[in-house]
Amino acid sequence: MVISSSIGAIASLFPEGVNATPQLLSQKGYYGEFGGRFTPEILHETLEAVTAAYQAARQDQAFWSEFTALLSNYSGRPTPLTYAEGLTRYLGGAKIFIKREDLNHTGSHKLNNGLGQMLLAKRMGKTRVIAETGAGQHGVATATLAAKFGLRCTIYMGAIDVERQYSNVFWMRKLGAEVVPVSSGTQTLKDAMNEALRDWSTHMDTTHYVIGTACGPHPFPEMVAWFQSVIGLEARSQILQQAGTLPAAVYACVGGGSNAIGIFSGFLDDTSVQLVGVEAGGLGINTPHHASRLAASDASVGIAQGYKTYFLQNQDGQMQDTHSVAAGLDYIGVSPLLAHLTQTDRINVKAATDTEVLEACQLCMSQEGLIPALESAHAFVQAFKDAPHYSSSDCIVINQSGRGDKDIFTIANAFGDTEWKAFLNNQVSSFQS
Amino acid sequence: MRTLSTPTPLERFIVEQRQQKDILLMSHTVLSYPSFQDNYCAIDALVKAGVELIELQFPFSEAIADGSLLLNANQSAIQTGTTIKDCLCFASEITQQYRQTQFIIMTYYNVVYHYGVKQFVQTAANSGITGLIIPDLPPEEAKTYVVTCNYHGIATIFLCTPNNSPKRLQRIAESTSGMIYCTARKGVTGHETQFSTEFNRYVESVRTSVQLPIGVGFGIQSQAAVSQLKGQVDIAIIGTQAVKLYVEQGVAALEVFMRNLRTG
Repeated sequence: MVISSSIGAIASLFPEGVNATPQLLSQKGYYGEFGGRFTPEILHETLEAVTAAYQAARQDQAFWSEFTALLSNYSGRPTPLTYAEGLTRYLGGAKIFIKREDLNHTGSHKLNNGLGQMLLAKRMGKTRVIAETGAGQHGVATATLAAKFGLRCTIYMGAIDVERQYSNVFWMRKLGAEVVPVSSGTQTLKDAMNEALRDWSTHMDTTHYVIGTACGPHPFPEMVAWFQSVIGLEARSQILQQAGTLPAAVYACVGGGSNAIGIFSGFLDDTSVQLVGVEAGGLGINTPHHASRLAASDASVGIAQGYKTYFLQNQDGQMQDTHSVAAGLDYIGVSPLLAHLTQTDRINVKAATDTEVLEACQLCMSQEGLIPALESAHAFVQAFKDAPHYSSSDCIVINQSGRGDKDIFTIANAFGDTEWKAFLNNQVSSFQS
Repeated sequence: MRTLSTPTPLERFIVEQRQQKDILLMSHTVLSYPSFQDNYCAIDALVKAGVELIELQFPFSEAIADGSLLLNANQSAIQTGTTIKDCLCFASEITQQYRQTQFIIMTYYNVVYHYGVKQFVQTAANSGITGLIIPDLPPEEAKTYVVTCNYHGIATIFLCTPNNSPKRLQRIAESTSGMIYCTARKGVTGHETQFSTEFNRYVESVRTSVQLPIGVGFGIQSQAAVSQLKGQVDIAIIGTQAVKLYVEQGVAALEVFMRNLRTG
């Protein structure tokens, strides 16, 4: 069976237009003890309406057909599964396959969820969408889709993130979105999410809040996982076709958890497949400067931003500062789905430090000519540690959740590239003359 | 079905006070903002102005139901290193000092959850607190909390909104005791509210579904607003405006403002 890029091929992978994995379905919004809906009463009816619309869409073949058709024609799905011959040879163990979410339109997996929610927003008759964004990828994806579908768009972004990811802010504004810098709290992703929730509390009649990851109040974790499940369904089909066997392990970076649950969902029922999530180890999980909620021992169960999960918080329940070189992983909470799967030992979660991430990124470029985003490079760190210990008859799959060349400012800065700095200085001088 | 058969001390207080006054006032402080000393001054002014019920907000870093003024107040408070234990100590002292005033703790669920729901409620009860408001805890998630509060006679003050259907109001009422907090409009704390005929219908709807004293808050900022509420509801809740006045104009201005709210 050859995976072609025709609409029929993708749609045929998903019988009745509904993802068959029951493990992605919550029990009234809960996955074990995690999830739920802890929001101010003003959002009650809105969340009920979103839940009803999502559940109706799940049963509607026409919705799924429209979704997959757009994924194909607008975004070029299915994304390839690339055999990384150079990296495989270099590491000398398992065959390494890379799922190319970087080749999605706007350069990451974010569009899968954005598109699904945009179609839902239109079904609900909304004329405006809002979103939070950290690194800016979800913001750019949402702004892109809002422009395509003719909806007004406001993106909330922490003021610190606006500074460090300004190139994404540029694109969002060019696409017609309003970008609102949020200066409360730590001025990063969680504060942007809080502000988006406040906006939604006032404007819910016209507005849908497109949460960008598998977090937030029910139904968002479940709904986001559903839209991102296209990654896992494709990947499973592709690896069987290309390698003739299931992978020994699948790797994904974990910020909020959407790309991880997306690819893991394809393999949840395959007990021989290890599922490995990799979080932001920052300056080291033994320091206070990281964003590891599941791998490190600093986090504890709490309730914030509408849901119950592991958060990095102090002894009073106040949320802590997090750090990562990768802004997209720099977040206090984690998907309740992943928290539950960690607790039931279905997934294993590791952490990668900033230094390890840059090394992995460099290795990808020099051995394979691939440029992963710094977020995605976290997954590569652990995969590269494990690969040599497998035999050449094994294969592993790494989710490249985004491409790095769109993040040139971030990556050049992270590498401390002196020629790049000189270039920037010249540019600034040229403006002043 | 309401499981609580006897009114809480808070409800008894409100009913008794309402026999003498056509509307009661509830106000707000964010603990340790700008400082605990300031909280003492502000509360003193509120009590002198005749305010019957005062919310003591325990700060939380992710205050999603609050507008920018109270949000910033929460964050300043946390930045000064205020702990929940500090707040509980303050609560204990303030209830001793002003025994005629009803003190209610308002905070977000994570603060209570992290402390331990049963321990938090017990400590609050021992500190002389008569009610709790937790805006991000919906009735569906509140079973242990409601049972524990009922046991201690602490009022579980849930919020209702203009978007609620009668069926939803009934569900909220089942978990509520003491009084019900009606938000006057959509959105978060701090922005002024314009009243309309829809508001009157909303209050009527609440009165039909909920057999408890009714407080209205969010955007109540003037004597005119309070006048409009007289005869319709039992308590006018002035939160953000009180915090703002104290910080911008000082304790005397706060007392005068609160005193004048009911003289219209």
